[in-house]
Amino acid sequence: MTMPERDEPTGALVRPYAVTRGRTRPKLEIALEALVETTVRGRSGMMRGGQGGSEHQYIAQMCDNGRVQSLAEIAARMQLPLGVARVIVADMASDGLLAVYEPTSLEDETDAVGTELLERVLSGLRRL
Amino acid sequence: MTSAKIVIAGGFGVGKTTLVGSVSEITPLTTEAIMTSAGVGVDDNRQVPGKMTTTVAMDFGRISIDRDLILYLFGTPGQTRFWFMWDELVRGAIGAVVMVDTRRLADCFAAIDFFEHRRLPYLVAINCFDGMQYHNPQDVRDALAISGDVPVVSCDARNRESTKNVLISLVEYVLTMRRTRAVAPA
Repeated sequence: MTMPERDEPTGALVRPYAVTRGRTRPKLEIALEALVETTVRGRSGMMRGGQGGSEHQYIAQMCDNGRVQSLAEIAARMQLPLGVARVIVADMASDGLLAVYEPTSLEDETDAVGTELLERVLSGLRRL
Repeated sequence: MTSAKIVIAGGFGVGKTTLVGSVSEITPLTTEAIMTSAGVGVDDNRQVPGKMTTTVAMDFGRISIDRDLILYLFGTPGQTRFWFMWDELVRGAIGAVVMVDTRRLADCFAAIDFFEHRRLPYLVAINCFDGMQYHNPQDVRDALAISGDVPVVSCDARNRESTKNVLISLVEYVLTMRRTRAVAPA
């Protein structure tokens, strides 16, 4: 495995979060696999050039026209650490630019909801 | 619109990304998480000035199940010591596939311990690298000392049909477990 450089300055923590102006806590907790879609408001903001900088523009474009993406995909495609992408997506969601669809968690759901999800996944896999 | 996930675990080089790639509708992507001082967990980084962050990479793929449901397959980070990331990976997951290379069986012990501790359903998939099977599933089951109801299957991670069958076996197993539990509460 590769270890971080021993002589890396202690400020290393700050650099990845420069695009969030140093904020490391998202406004919303968003799961790794939560789906993200650009809203009408997000699209019109994009047309006007937006105010949130190039990351906002890029995410709004990526998740537009029905191309729903997970938080993990957004982070990977933007080559941003997951935590950074989470802060940006949470900001945009709380500004109404993105809709976030939470995953169906087998831990939280009732048995009926969980079983229905599993049956859908099973038949989907069999159709592949 | 919602999503679900399955975790793909196993030792370094066992074929996790190959398995994900054989069935994913996108080329597997890599997402990176940074372990900050707040998420240190078992590693005590305070001893080493300057070592404030560690990057953990996870490969993943995606399968559109239907119009409103997307299934994600997340490979666990190669180093099992990054438990902080494993917690997030298993939260709410359907279950896990533990991939095994019979020549390096011990590589999967940590993953099995973790899933048993977290009560996440898992199955064991023996990856047959060159079409050869070095051990039969019963030998592997005995060597891993796992309970009799955990499925142990053989697969070729490069093969889409084979990977599909592994995922189907896992979901069937999880469904059976839930139904059994519903009939006879513990």
